[in-house]
Amino acid sequence: MSDSIFTELEPLLAEVNRPVQYVGGEVNAITKDWDSATVRWVLLYPDAYEVGAPNQGLQILYEVLNERPDVLAERAYAIWPDLEALLRSNGLPAFTIDGHRPLRSFDVIGVSLATELGYTNLLTSIDVAGLPLHSRDRTDADPLLVVGGHAAFNPEPIADFVDAVVLGDGEEAVLSLTEFLRDWKQQGAPGGRKELLRRLAASGQFYVPSFYDVRYADDGAIESVVPNRPGVPWTIAKHTLMDLDEWPYPKAPVVPVAETVHERASTEIFRGCTRGCRFCQAGMITRPVRERSASTVAEMVDHSLAKTGYREVGLLSLSSADHSEIGKLAEGLADRYEGTMTSLSLPSTRVDAFNIDLANELSRNGRRSGLTFAPEGGSERLRKVINKTVTEEDLIRTVSAAYGSGWRAVKLYFMCGLPTETDDDVLQIAELARRVIEAGREISGRRDIRCTVSIGGFVPKPQTPFQWAGQLGHEETDRRLRLLGEALRADRNYARAIGFRYHDGRPGMVEGLLARGDRRVGAVIEEVWRRGGRFDGWSEHFDFDLWRSCAEDLWEDQPISLSWFTTRERTRDEILPWQHLDAGLDADWLWQDWQDALAEDEVGDCRWTPCSACGVCDVMDTMIQIGPRPQSAAEWAPPTGVGARSPAERSGADG
Amino acid sequence: MAEPTNEAQPVVAKVRCRYSKSGRMRFASHRDFQRSLERAVRRIGLPVAFSGGFSPRPRISYANAAPTGVASRAEYFDMGLTRDVSTDEMIEALSAALPTGFVIEAASPARGKLGERLSSSHWEWCFEGVGDGAVRNAVNQLLALNSVTVVRMTKSGQKEIDVLAPWVDHAVSASQCGDEGICAILRVVLHHTTPAVRPDDVLAVLVERTDLKPPRPVLMTRLAQGPFDETSGLPGDPLA
Repeated sequence: MSDSIFTELEPLLAEVNRPVQYVGGEVNAITKDWDSATVRWVLLYPDAYEVGAPNQGLQILYEVLNERPDVLAERAYAIWPDLEALLRSNGLPAFTIDGHRPLRSFDVIGVSLATELGYTNLLTSIDVAGLPLHSRDRTDADPLLVVGGHAAFNPEPIADFVDAVVLGDGEEAVLSLTEFLRDWKQQGAPGGRKELLRRLAASGQFYVPSFYDVRYADDGAIESVVPNRPGVPWTIAKHTLMDLDEWPYPKAPVVPVAETVHERASTEIFRGCTRGCRFCQAGMITRPVRERSASTVAEMVDHSLAKTGYREVGLLSLSSADHSEIGKLAEGLADRYEGTMTSLSLPSTRVDAFNIDLANELSRNGRRSGLTFAPEGGSERLRKVINKTVTEEDLIRTVSAAYGSGWRAVKLYFMCGLPTETDDDVLQIAELARRVIEAGREISGRRDIRCTVSIGGFVPKPQTPFQWAGQLGHEETDRRLRLLGEALRADRNYARAIGFRYHDGRPGMVEGLLARGDRRVGAVIEEVWRRGGRFDGWSEHFDFDLWRSCAEDLWEDQPISLSWFTTRERTRDEILPWQHLDAGLDADWLWQDWQDALAEDEVGDCRWTPCSACGVCDVMDTMIQIGPRPQSAAEWAPPTGVGARSPAERSGADG
Repeated sequence: MAEPTNEAQPVVAKVRCRYSKSGRMRFASHRDFQRSLERAVRRIGLPVAFSGGFSPRPRISYANAAPTGVASRAEYFDMGLTRDVSTDEMIEALSAALPTGFVIEAASPARGKLGERLSSSHWEWCFEGVGDGAVRNAVNQLLALNSVTVVRMTKSGQKEIDVLAPWVDHAVSASQCGDEGICAILRVVLHHTTPAVRPDDVLAVLVERTDLKPPRPVLMTRLAQGPFDETSGLPGDPLA
């Protein structure tokens, strides 16, 4: 039995900001009878409810787990400092928002790590929950702490705090972990949590950091990562879910009462991306592309709208206009919801996959949202380096079509500090923005054309070709951004038409430290947290000096430092902290792709040019799944179909 | 292509609803309720009329929402419909579709302006762990002052509001609640002024200007809201 602490919590809620985020009770939320379940999960998102509640991953796992009759899953989010202080002073534990049960009563806490900047919040949740901070100090009375999500592809900085790690897609992994837990519990928990972790590690499906020893050389680099007991594999592979049509989740997304960052019925139209943008961790670790069929997407959208009452549909993926049936899909949905005040959005749209027919379908039923494109690099040279092969002509043609069809504002995303970037590359962003405005004014015959340039610092990520790159220091990033700002404002003919939004370089340094750090970074995270660091992803809470001084204090006599982990370029022979964690990408392919980047050589997309042998499909025994497709999953084209589709076939209905 | 514009949908029936918020949902803000209602309306397919233009909005209007954290048995909104619906069925379906803690209590055809029908409120404060004598003394101390002002930020800058000016009547009683056992219940009828005196304003001046020091957070509830009824000395029913 685990009792709700809501009665004790309620008076505290009267004293905190936005208390509604802690009360649960939303439409489609699930609270199961405690005793009906054999395995009980907490799904924890280590950021605020307003960010975590719309997260697709957590919503999917919440349903997948709760659909099992003997499994229950409840949600928890980061607690803000005001409630944290009240919980501590009143001796109350961290809780789930569904049953308001203490986290410590559950069997397993599954943590979704979308970004690295939630690590201090994770420590808050662990500590307020009453769990020992370090995995090694936990007892059989403590739940298992398991992390997954994109940042888990290098979990080494938080290795001391977590018990196990899941790489890749979570749907099957959480069910598999549930099986291990159920069996072990039903056998009377033989050997305690050590034995459970041993079983998880031996299966090869889960990474248990404590079963690996990391040794360091005098120069600070890693000397070896070695299993410290028999029966533990040398490398751990990611999970890949195939046949997404068989997994149409979420079916009934929770509808937050509180305001959140995305208020829409989100439907994932495909997973994975092989465009091959070299900076993009998501595109590298989620290969291959697996589409949902247009009919499954249509069904899911219909269900989701009926169950939620949202007025916006978001067709999600890493590059939504790349879906092989996107034109047909958008047209079908626009027809279906005509006159119902329901709008469609494609949150990630590539310049070269976009066309105006598609845009018109998206805005047919009501609100016309702004158009956003991400050329990422200002010059064509730099776009070759990052393999974001969008030409200036593509961009001008696309925005001209948009301005010509009645759009007045376009937003362009860029990154600063990409490998080989020079001042000139950055200044070309200003040139590009001017040409966009010029084209818009010409085609529309109007002066009220706007273009917003949005730019942030590039952070090299693990499991990408840029994992070896040196990150640009924050001072230099800020200098280049100032330069760009001045250039954008310089020409009075355009200055008012161009908006400029940027993020300063400092948060990126901490993100870089956490992204490519090793186990020694854990002590810095802990020290920052002990000195009050919280909500590092929020500019009003982020404290760069705190991170810098903690790193300096702890690493005073060591060869490592904040810059050692961030701005230092790695060599081919250096052992990377995540080298034993296998996203399927061939190390030689990744290195060659890095060399190709420096040589400004591009690589094609294996959906419509020949396979570039990144290694994922072979190693993971997976294949590209794109439509239009046969009805049954058993009739999938064999993997030899890779690269067989031409661009003409791909563009299909949207011509 | 021209800008997508929408024509306003004609309002055939305008219905006025009373709803309550209690339990967990007392922590919902007014905007939180608004979002929940708009989604519930769509889930059950209620024919709410939409405004026209670039960004159509459902025709639902609110007045005098109780503050976040305050429970209420008497919140109101007007809703424009594109066709007549059965009020009873609407109440049932809408209540079932809203998150637990929000309930549509009553509805009737809207007459007159909603805001003008809501000219007074009956509020309740529950002081857990406090005897009724202490509250009675505190209220007497407060009322002995000529005026008690609180400062409020409004659109036109800082404004001083006299808490006693709209004070019509009050009653104090002893009751039982929670684990502490005893509690004192204070009920006050307040006229609505601009800006209105809120229940947390009354609580603030009670704590600041008198000896009352509640050991636990004070639960506040709006019991009724409506046109002031001279005979009963209480708010009347705005749906009547």
